[in-house]
Amino acid sequence: MSALLSVEGLGISFGGLRAVHDVSFAVKPGEILSVIGPNGAGKTTLFNMISGVYRPGAGRVMLNGEDVTAMRPDLLARRGMSRTFQNLQIFQNMTVLENAIAGFHLTESGSLMADLLRLPASRARARTAREGAMRLLERVGLERAAETDAGNLSYGRLKRLEIARALALDPKVLLLDEPAAGCNAVETEEIDHMIAEVAASGVAILLVEHDMKMVMRISSHIVVLDHGEKIAEGDPATVSRDPKVIAAYLGAEAGEETDA
Amino acid sequence: MRPSHKSATLLVLIPLILLAPVFFPSSFYYRVGALIFINGLAVTGMVILIGYAGQISLGHAGFAGIGAYSCALMPVHWGIPPVLAAVFGAVISALLAWLVGRPILRLKGYYLAVATLGFGILVYMVLTNETWLTGGPDGMNVADSGLRDLAKSLGINMKNSEFWYWLCAIVMVAGVWLAMNLQDSPTGRALRAVHGSEVAARTVGVDVARYKLQAFVISAVYASVAGSMVALQNEFVTPDVSGYMHSIEWVTMTVLGGAGSVLGAIFGAAILTLLPQVLTAFAEYEQLLLGLIMMLVMIFMPDGLLPSIMRRIRGKDE
Repeated sequence: MSALLSVEGLGISFGGLRAVHDVSFAVKPGEILSVIGPNGAGKTTLFNMISGVYRPGAGRVMLNGEDVTAMRPDLLARRGMSRTFQNLQIFQNMTVLENAIAGFHLTESGSLMADLLRLPASRARARTAREGAMRLLERVGLERAAETDAGNLSYGRLKRLEIARALALDPKVLLLDEPAAGCNAVETEEIDHMIAEVAASGVAILLVEHDMKMVMRISSHIVVLDHGEKIAEGDPATVSRDPKVIAAYLGAEAGEETDA
Repeated sequence: MRPSHKSATLLVLIPLILLAPVFFPSSFYYRVGALIFINGLAVTGMVILIGYAGQISLGHAGFAGIGAYSCALMPVHWGIPPVLAAVFGAVISALLAWLVGRPILRLKGYYLAVATLGFGILVYMVLTNETWLTGGPDGMNVADSGLRDLAKSLGINMKNSEFWYWLCAIVMVAGVWLAMNLQDSPTGRALRAVHGSEVAARTVGVDVARYKLQAFVISAVYASVAGSMVALQNEFVTPDVSGYMHSIEWVTMTVLGGAGSVLGAIFGAAILTLLPQVLTAFAEYEQLLLGLIMMLVMIFMPDGLLPSIMRRIRGKDE
């Protein structure tokens, strides 16, 4: 099967600092590709380039055979890319249910006039989105919090809400930026199952995660970044034995110790 | 989602409008009431812009100016009936908002505030200086809309002030109905998503620029119709209708009453239209007291009057 998402020679510099340099990889449908690396290795920067938040300085991003380098995030969403954020991006001014419904924007939105006059067409679209959102909330275990203001949810539950919202787009490619950060062991396992389930339905998943146990358990493929460059790539067993990877992680830890 | 929100708003608003005249000591209060409704209509538009989409404008009185002068100019020059002129005025305001909004809605926060303020002042200057067309600062007459005669022919015979009280009320309630429809609709959700987090809104596929522009255009139409109502009621306009103080008043009413809800903003419009009438008793201290009240409300009730009051009532119930 050909790759759904591929990046080729992707790079970016911020004020002379090479944040990401010459990174390439590809994700196939149903595959979970994890990007790991010490703090500051450029993982989130890489994510932001792929999802159109940053314009890459070099290289290109291909989605489903189409060049989507530096494309606006809303246009990427139309082409089947969806993402979550490391530092939550929740609509704090809405209820939990409304946040999930917002994920259905592309299928729910229609004519402004129909919305202003509350025509049956507008109501039907809204109802379908609401039902879909409710099903997703059930899937992530938030159905009982549906009418709560999103701002009142715990961090772990907001993480799940973000995943529900991302799934609402029915994406072909899903980018998850540390979905288990701040979650307890039980929640992490739930998220774990959910990701595997989504991948099994044929979605290509790109994952950034610090929880190594989770990464080793669910990834089909791992890319290791250090100082913005890809230093290793392969299946979990190969990568975990790679001396360069071990050095990068130990080096980072040693560095942190001397800093302290 | 609160589906009962719309019904609740209308259930509060309509009885208040119907009952208020019972307490009017003189027919002068019908005029005050009509003014509240006209401001109420404009701030309902501001809620769509500020409360839903999270954008600001300090220039919306400019659109009121366009609405008002359309009613004054079109009947004279093109023989268009004043009421139809109000509709054309709204269309012109919408087009202008679209043209102006495209570049300036890229700006955020106080940059957007200054840019819109500039637009409002520009309209005011044109209306003041193009004396050959607008009569300049002295203003100009507006042809009789014929609406009261129409009502008479239908058997509704009212005093002028009463007639405009009811007409402005109907127009405002229609505006509220549309705004409440929008709130829980797909478009309303997209607007509130832009307000909540632009980054996340883009991620779910919202074309942020397009929705900001929609909110700007819709609110401009509300302001334009409000301006037309002023012109049709008074049968006279001056450039003052587009003065930047009105723009600032509308934003103040919206924020003071509670930008998040239409009812709150109308409450704010009612308070800020009534207060100066009440405070005239304090003569020279009127402005001072008004300013003081506004400051105290914003310090102690940052969410606005109505949401804060509602929370206090609910809090006691628990």
